[in-house]
Amino acid sequence: MTARGLAACQVSASYDRQRVLDGVDLHIAPGETVGLRGPSGSGKSTLARLLALLHAPDAGHVSVDGTPVTGIRHQVPVAVRTRVAILFQSPRAATDPRLSLADVIAEPLRAVGTPEERVQARTAELAAAVGLTADLLTRRPHAVSDGQLQRACLARSLVHEPGYLLCDEATAMLDASTQAHVAAVVKDYQRRHDAGVLVISHDAALLGRWADRVVGLP
Amino acid sequence: MTTTSTLPATDDRRPRDDRPLLAVSGLTVRFRLPDAVVHAVTDLHLTIRPGELLAVVGESGCGKSVLAHALLGLLPANATVTGSALLHPGGAGAGALDLLACGHRQLARQVRGRAVGLVPQSPATSLTPVRTGRRLLVETLRAHGHSRAAAPAAADRLAADVGLDPADLDRYPHELSGGMAQRLATALALAPDPPLLLADEPTTGLDRPLVDHTLDLLRRRCDAGAAVLLITHDLAAAERVADTVAVMYASRVVEHAPAGALFTAPTHPYSAALLDALPQRAFRPVPGHPPMLTDLPAGCAFAARCARATDACQVQPEVTAAGVGRLACHHPLDQAQVAAGAPA
Repeated sequence: MTARGLAACQVSASYDRQRVLDGVDLHIAPGETVGLRGPSGSGKSTLARLLALLHAPDAGHVSVDGTPVTGIRHQVPVAVRTRVAILFQSPRAATDPRLSLADVIAEPLRAVGTPEERVQARTAELAAAVGLTADLLTRRPHAVSDGQLQRACLARSLVHEPGYLLCDEATAMLDASTQAHVAAVVKDYQRRHDAGVLVISHDAALLGRWADRVVGLP
Repeated sequence: MTTTSTLPATDDRRPRDDRPLLAVSGLTVRFRLPDAVVHAVTDLHLTIRPGELLAVVGESGCGKSVLAHALLGLLPANATVTGSALLHPGGAGAGALDLLACGHRQLARQVRGRAVGLVPQSPATSLTPVRTGRRLLVETLRAHGHSRAAAPAAADRLAADVGLDPADLDRYPHELSGGMAQRLATALALAPDPPLLLADEPTTGLDRPLVDHTLDLLRRRCDAGAAVLLITHDLAAAERVADTVAVMYASRVVEHAPAGALFTAPTHPYSAALLDALPQRAFRPVPGHPPMLTDLPAGCAFAARCARATDACQVQPEVTAAGVGRLACHHPLDQAQVAAGAPA
């Protein structure tokens, strides 16, 4: 089992007794962009959360670069869990309103004890990559737009240089220009790091333009 | 095209029954902050006729939502509003009402909900948490003339209209998904049958089939004679249902044109750049970033991001009639050239 890639193998998941995924397989190879679509409630977000190691599947398993994962995020070795990052639909729900944007981006670095000098340098580098200016970095979430906040979340998701990035409707609430910009930043990162990307969207035009191949959930 | 060619820029030649339901003139909104002034809306002119669906589009933070809140007197205390917004609710005979000059009492009794409905951006924060959807809807219907006996059936009908299972009306707001809450908020706005409906990002959080359902519902509202002002960042939504589109950039309307003309041959470089960002088109972001509304340049606010900018752009461009629409640009695109170069 040395196959590179992020894989869900025969995973099942349910909420209460409602089964949302039943023996689903998905493989994302390095450098590849996989589009995922399906109607509301078909389990797209649940699959993304399994792949992001936020939930444990009822059956089946997730493997990261050939290593089967048992348990969820905090139970998984740092070196494995930082290989996978996820970007959610609503940046407001995904950020602590008390933190400045700079601290939002830096939090995952500080969480693993990165020296402060390195934190500052890396935060500045990523903020520039996603197009956040210095004056925005000192603001807190309530004082920036959704588009600006989602850029900060994108920067945060890239701090540990993940091998796989899962975008769960990450551009659905953004205007066309910000959406295209977020996609461009993700593609640029993907090119430089040979990263695998999962794009979940309802927008067939977006998937057609962004993904190498599109997978549907029933 | 025959309809657009009969739309001259002079309002006074229109027949009486075609006069605007709402005429916004010189609307300017400023927010005073401790250390700055936010230029949220600047010198905005818009008209909307009965049966018209006007979409206001633009990047996030361009002032679109402030426009809706200004019309309903829902701005916070640090806002200053100038200009006028004349509403002619009752048809030809009734007098006009200036929404910007109304007191809170008048807004509450005559305007909000009655003359002007609002589909809010965030339904989760606009629904009373201690009442079920049915109670909210029946209460609204009763306040607008339905009898005690007729209201429950009307509530079920409205719920079905917006794509909500009437059985779900018995849930409390916290038991609804984001999309269900949005549909309930839409039903509440439609219940009094207002002649003007403001829809502020009504499709946020809905999946595509529900987005289309909600948009078609607004469209049918227009076809039945109401006017709808749709505020959205979703250009595909605007293209699907709008009659006319106003593109806002950095607090101003930079282009206002019939939807067909705007989507096939935009004349403002910003409109063209925004359309090019769509995945159906070039999927290329507008270069650079929008300016801060606290720190706008004296001239054209788009000049810093515009390939066509020259020294002339140091002066704010006037809004002028251009072709079938209105435009504020010193160096507009040649429509024929854009149409020829547009991707298939």
